[in-house]
Amino acid sequence: MSRVPGSAAFCLRLLRRQLVLGLRRPVEIGNPLLFFAIVVALFPLGLGPEPAALAEFAPGILWIVALLAGLLTADTAFRSDYDDGSLEQLLLAPQSLYFASLTYVAAHWLLTGVLLALLSPVFALMLGLPVAAIPTLVLSLLLGTGVLSLVGGIGAALTVGLRRGGMLIGLLILPFQMPVLIFGSGAVQAAVDGVPAGPYLALLGAMLCLAVALAPLAIAAGLRISTDA
Amino acid sequence: MWTLFHKFGSPPWLYRLSGSILRWLLPLTLLALVAGAVWGLLFTPPDFRQGNSYRIIYIHVPAAVVALAGYYVMAIAGAISLIWRMKMADVAMRATAPVGAALTFVALVTGSIWGKPTWGTWWVWDARITSMLILLFLYLGVIALYEAYENKALAAKACAVLSLVGTVNIPIIYKSVDWWYSLHQPASIKFTGGTTIDPSMLYPLLWMIVAFYALFTCCLLLNMRAEILERESRTAWVRRLAAGE
Repeated sequence: MSRVPGSAAFCLRLLRRQLVLGLRRPVEIGNPLLFFAIVVALFPLGLGPEPAALAEFAPGILWIVALLAGLLTADTAFRSDYDDGSLEQLLLAPQSLYFASLTYVAAHWLLTGVLLALLSPVFALMLGLPVAAIPTLVLSLLLGTGVLSLVGGIGAALTVGLRRGGMLIGLLILPFQMPVLIFGSGAVQAAVDGVPAGPYLALLGAMLCLAVALAPLAIAAGLRISTDA
Repeated sequence: MWTLFHKFGSPPWLYRLSGSILRWLLPLTLLALVAGAVWGLLFTPPDFRQGNSYRIIYIHVPAAVVALAGYYVMAIAGAISLIWRMKMADVAMRATAPVGAALTFVALVTGSIWGKPTWGTWWVWDARITSMLILLFLYLGVIALYEAYENKALAAKACAVLSLVGTVNIPIIYKSVDWWYSLHQPASIKFTGGTTIDPSMLYPLLWMIVAFYALFTCCLLLNMRAEILERESRTAWVRRLAAGE
């Protein structure tokens, strides 16, 4: 009897592997955060430095920049494992590819979305977002970047076999991410206006649940297609 | 049932079948389009508020309706090709994307032309317009993904997955855009004034919608035939066809 680890143990090992690999390259973890900071700095330069105007647009700005940062990192979810062939080994493994895909996305989210959400209060203060809205911003980013990572994972899985997937991935996934932008910035705006943000956060949570359940199916299908190429 | 199913997987059979369908469907469609256009443009009363400019709905509404339905045709073809590995479903899916994108584009452009005299602006970030714009992006995304793959069999599979993801997402996008609109937009412009459409205007509109469905089918079949010939260009039956036998 060979001892094959069950799906849960397998996924935990996979998660640890992905996190260790990520943490060994701290600069790559920092890059999207730096991108976030630089793009936030572009808005005062482009729109003018009046605090009132910036504060008015801050919810939208922060969410759009989070969307773009997520887009830039989406491609990295499977890229290095595809290049060195370990992705093919994963497809051959007896454990479920559904949970393995979910684990990959979870690792990606922990290394990008979560860090971004935790750092966002700094940028929110720089743009003059009211302090009272900051907890909502962090919470909405935590929920929303989960959806972004999952949907981004679909785009990444479909394009990882292509040499020039970089631009394409944005065209594929941005339309699907528009609802996240609507409800994410809506939640922050509601918090700024002093209206309960709960409904927006609930909708973001519902989208996250749906994405957690369905996106791994599409990711797994996409990975099988890409490794055929 | 199964023999029919297998026949649909056969390129020469489908090529001949689509040829004999097109022989009568294409003239009929053109006739229906001309008749519907004449009926709508000349024989309906002018609108009491908008005068004659409303007549663009005889192009605009059918294009929008069929563009929406086209996405589902594409997704269903994609699902069939993923589940039963039917090659001709790949071809159908590939053929739908440009037709759907073109119809969406027509709906947006005619809407914009109608908006200029009626609303005084070419573009409004209205919920429905925004949704149609996103639909255009979805179609173009499928085309871009298909073109990015060298291997067309894999391209079709990838597009099938993408269009299925799209079908799950379209209701969410529509609902969220609706909600977004009702929150942000002051109610300065009403799409329809709550009035129902008069039968004398409705019947030509329904006629045109049917004609546009027929047009969609024709374009789809023509596209499929071109794609079949391209894919099968090395086979004996296409060579015989090209030689004019």
